Amino acid sequence: MASEITTHDGQPLRKSLARALRREKFRALVLIAPLLIFVLVTFLSPIADMLFRSVENSIVSNTLPGTTRVLQSWDPNGKELPDEQVYASLADDMMLAQELKLHTRLGSRLNYDQPGIASVFRKSGRHVKKFETDTQLEAFKSFNAVWATPASWQALQNHSLWPQAFPSTAISFNNWTRFVKSDEGEDANLAEMTPYGLTYSALYYDLQQLSDDQWHQLSTTDNPLLTSMFEGLQQAHSSFTSTDYKAKFLKIDKGWGKLENWQTLHRLSPPLVDSYYWASIDRERTVNGIEHKPENERIYVTLFIRTFLMSALITCMCILLGYPIAYLLATLPTRTSNLLMILVLLPFWTSLLVRTSAWKVLLQQQGVINNILVWLGIIGDDGRLALINNMTGTIITMTHILLPFMILPLFSVMKTISPSYVRAAKSMGATDWTAFRRVYFPNTIPGIGAGSILVFILSIGYYITPELVGGTKGVFISNRIAYHISSSLNWGLAAALASILLVAVLILYWAYDRIVGIDNVKLG
Amino acid sequence: MNKTTLATAIAIASTIGISASASAQDLPECENCADNMTIVSWGGAYSKSQLMAYHDPYSSATGTTIVNDESSAEAVAKLRAMSEAGNVTWDVVDVVAADAIRLCDEGLALEIDADADLAAAPDGTPASEDFGDLLVSDCFIPQIVYSTTFGYRNDNDDWGGATPESVCAIFETEKFPGQRSLEKRPIANVEWALMCDGVAIDDVYDVLETDEGVERALAKLDTIKDQTVWWSAGAETPQLLADGEVAIGSTYNGRLFAAIEEQNQPISILWDAQMFDLDGWIIPAGLSAEREARARHYIRFATDTQRLADQAKYISYGPARASSAPLVGKHAELGIDMAPHMPTDPKNAQNTFLYNYEWWADNRDDLDAKFQAWLAK
Repeated sequence: MASEITTHDGQPLRKSLARALRREKFRALVLIAPLLIFVLVTFLSPIADMLFRSVENSIVSNTLPGTTRVLQSWDPNGKELPDEQVYASLADDMMLAQELKLHTRLGSRLNYDQPGIASVFRKSGRHVKKFETDTQLEAFKSFNAVWATPASWQALQNHSLWPQAFPSTAISFNNWTRFVKSDEGEDANLAEMTPYGLTYSALYYDLQQLSDDQWHQLSTTDNPLLTSMFEGLQQAHSSFTSTDYKAKFLKIDKGWGKLENWQTLHRLSPPLVDSYYWASIDRERTVNGIEHKPENERIYVTLFIRTFLMSALITCMCILLGYPIAYLLATLPTRTSNLLMILVLLPFWTSLLVRTSAWKVLLQQQGVINNILVWLGIIGDDGRLALINNMTGTIITMTHILLPFMILPLFSVMKTISPSYVRAAKSMGATDWTAFRRVYFPNTIPGIGAGSILVFILSIGYYITPELVGGTKGVFISNRIAYHISSSLNWGLAAALASILLVAVLILYWAYDRIVGIDNVKLG
Repeated sequence: MNKTTLATAIAIASTIGISASASAQDLPECENCADNMTIVSWGGAYSKSQLMAYHDPYSSATGTTIVNDESSAEAVAKLRAMSEAGNVTWDVVDVVAADAIRLCDEGLALEIDADADLAAAPDGTPASEDFGDLLVSDCFIPQIVYSTTFGYRNDNDDWGGATPESVCAIFETEKFPGQRSLEKRPIANVEWALMCDGVAIDDVYDVLETDEGVERALAKLDTIKDQTVWWSAGAETPQLLADGEVAIGSTYNGRLFAAIEEQNQPISILWDAQMFDLDGWIIPAGLSAEREARARHYIRFATDTQRLADQAKYISYGPARASSAPLVGKHAELGIDMAPHMPTDPKNAQNTFLYNYEWWADNRDDLDAKFQAWLAK
C-alpha cells in the first residue's frame, strides 16, 4: 500500500479534508442558526407544549394532594364510598383550594369527564370554610395541653420519623402553611402558630397507621417535650372522636355520595393520563376497562374519517381541474399565459373570508346559480338545489380556494418539460394519447405529488371555510379542535385531537415517501 | 332567575320615576390609577354603543386613553393563554354571563363586590339590589339584558297571512313552511324543543337532566332538522332572512332591530319564549395594582344608572339595572322611542326564559357532545 497522501504542510490529506468540511458545516450551521432558533422558539416548542397538554393532568394531584394520596388505597370497583379519612383529607385540601380559588378550576377539569361535578366543587368551596374542624384539635389538647403549642409541632418535625411516618399530616401542614400565607400575607409568623383543626385530623389518621416500633421510637426520645406528647397517646388516641366530614360533605352536595364522582377522581389522580386520547376516539375508561361512549355521544371518529375522505376528494378535484389549466398555462405563449396566470393568482391574493362569502351568495338556494338554473327552466322553483351548508358546499368552496396550490407546482413542473419529448414520441409513431400517457404525464408526476401534498395537508387543517359553508355534514375535525380551544377550554382534548391529526399526516407523508418518493416532489 | 322575578324587576323599574342626575362630576377621583386601559368588546354596533355611552364620556371626564380591542368572542381562551404566559394585557373585558362564570371558575377573573365597587341607584338603592338576580357570578357586572329570539319574514306567500304567535311555530312546518335557522349549539334550542313538546317551562331542566330528556329534545328537533340552517354568528340569520333563504330564524334581538328599523327589511320579531341572556364586564386576574384600580374605577362609572340607560340610545338591548329602565329615551339617529324595542319591555316580556347558568356550566360539555353527534348524523 502506498504511503498516505499528505498536503504540503505534512498533514494527511484525509484529515485535512475532513477538517475543512467540518469547518464548512459549522459555518453553514452558524448561518442558519438565527432561523433555526427562531423556528425552535416560536414554532416547535409551542407545538410541543400544546401537544403535551393531551396527557398532562397534574391539576388533580396538585389541588388535592392529600385526597389523591389516600384515595389510592380505595377500591374503585367496589360498591363502597371512600372512608372517613378520604373525606377528612378532602376537607383539608378544599380549605386551601378555595382560599387560592383553585377548586372551581379543578371542577371544570373534572367536568369534562364527569358532567355535573363542576357545581359540586363550586358549591363545596363556599361551604368548606364554615366547617366545624376543631373536634380532634380539642381531643389532642385535652389529652395533653402541649399539643396546642407551636413548640410541639417543631419537636415533631425535628424527629427522624417526620415526614415519612406522617404523610397526611405533612401534606396537611403544608396546606395550612400555604393557607396562612395566602390569608395573612407572606410574612405571617408561622413559628408562633399551631395548625388548624384539619391538620390534627390528619395526624389522628396517621397515628392509626403507626407501628408499635414507631410508637416506641416517638415516646422514648431524648426530647422530653416529644416524650410527653406521645407517652400514652397510643392507647388514648383511639377514643378521639371522628369529626365526620363525610356527613358534612354529603350535606353540602349529594354529589359527594356518588360513586361515579369518586371513580372519576380516582382515575384522574395520576399526573399523566390517557383519558383525552380515549375521548378523541369516542371511548372512555370505566371501571370495566375501555368502553365505547354511548351511541349518542360518538362524533370524533366520524369526523376524522370525514376529514380524510373529503380532503382526499378535494385533492382529486384540484388535480382534475388544475391539470388542464396548468397545461394551458405552460404551453401558451408567455404573453397570454402571464395574463391567465394573473387570473389564477387573483383569487389567491383575495381574502379567504371574502372568497367564502362570495360562494355563499353564489350557492345559496336564492342565490345566483339556483336563480339562473330556475330561469333557464332546468329546475323548478320548488326544486332548488341545496349547494351550500352541506358537504357539497365545503367541497366546491375548498376546491376553489385550494386550486392555486395545485396549479402553481404543476405549472412550474410542466414549464420544464421540453416540447421535443412529445414531438419525438409522435415522430416515432405514438398517437396523441400514447404520447401523453407514456411521455408527458410521467414527467408531470412530481408536480402532481407536490400539489397533492400541499392541497391535502392544507385542507385537513381547514376550519373557517367548513364552518361557514359546511352546515352540519361538511365540517371537519379542525372545527371541533377550534371549539375546544376557544369555547369549551378543554385544551387537553383539543391537544389530543390535534396530535392524532398530526400523527396521521406524518404517517401519510411517510407512506407517500415510500410509494412515490419524496425526492420526486418538485415545486419547480 | 325565572320569569316571575324578572317581571317583578321590570315592575320595580317602571315604578321608579326619578330622573338620574349622576354625572361625571360625581365621579370620585381615581388615585394611583393607570392612565390608559384596554377594553375588550364584541365590535360592530355594540362596541359603538359602548364608545358613545361609556368610553367617550369616561375619557373626557378622567383623561384616560382607552384602547378598544374586539376580541370578546375569543376572550375566554385568550385570557387563559395570557394568564399562563403571565402577561395580561386587557383591563376590562365584555363577556356573556356563561363565559364570565367560566372565567370566574378558572380563577381568571377578579371578584367584584357590587355594593362596595359600584355606584348606588339615584334613589340610594344599593347596586346589589338594583341589579338583583342578574348578578349571576361574583366576578361579573352585567350591562345589558339581550335575548335570543325569532325573526320571521312577514311577506311569506305560503303562510297564507298567518303570523306566528308562539315559539312553537318553528315546529309547525305545515302551517309555517320554509327553511328555519337555529344556532349551532344546544343552548336555547333544546329548551325550546322541550317546551314545544309539552314540558312545562319550570320543568325543562329537570327533564334535560335525564338521558331520555335529551333524547326527547333532539327527537323534537329532528322533525325540522332537514329544513334548518345552523348559524354560528349572530349576523347570519338577519342576512338569511333578508335573502329569503329562511322564513323564520333565531338571532339576537339587537340584530333584528337593526334589520327592521335601520335596513327596513320585511321582517317581524316573535318575542314569545325569548331566551334572556346577560352581557357585562369582568376584570381579568393578574393586573398590576394601578391597572386594577383603573379598571374598577371605569366599571363604577360605566355601570351607573344613567350610563346604562344611555347605551340603549344606540342599540336595542335592555339596561341591566332596574333603575335605568325609566330613563331609556329615543334612538340617537333614528329618533324612535327605544323602550318598546327592549327585550325587557313588559309587552315583549310576557313569556320569557332565562338560562339556568349553573345547570349549563355543569352540563354544557356533555350536552354539546350529544348535540354535535346528533348534528353529524
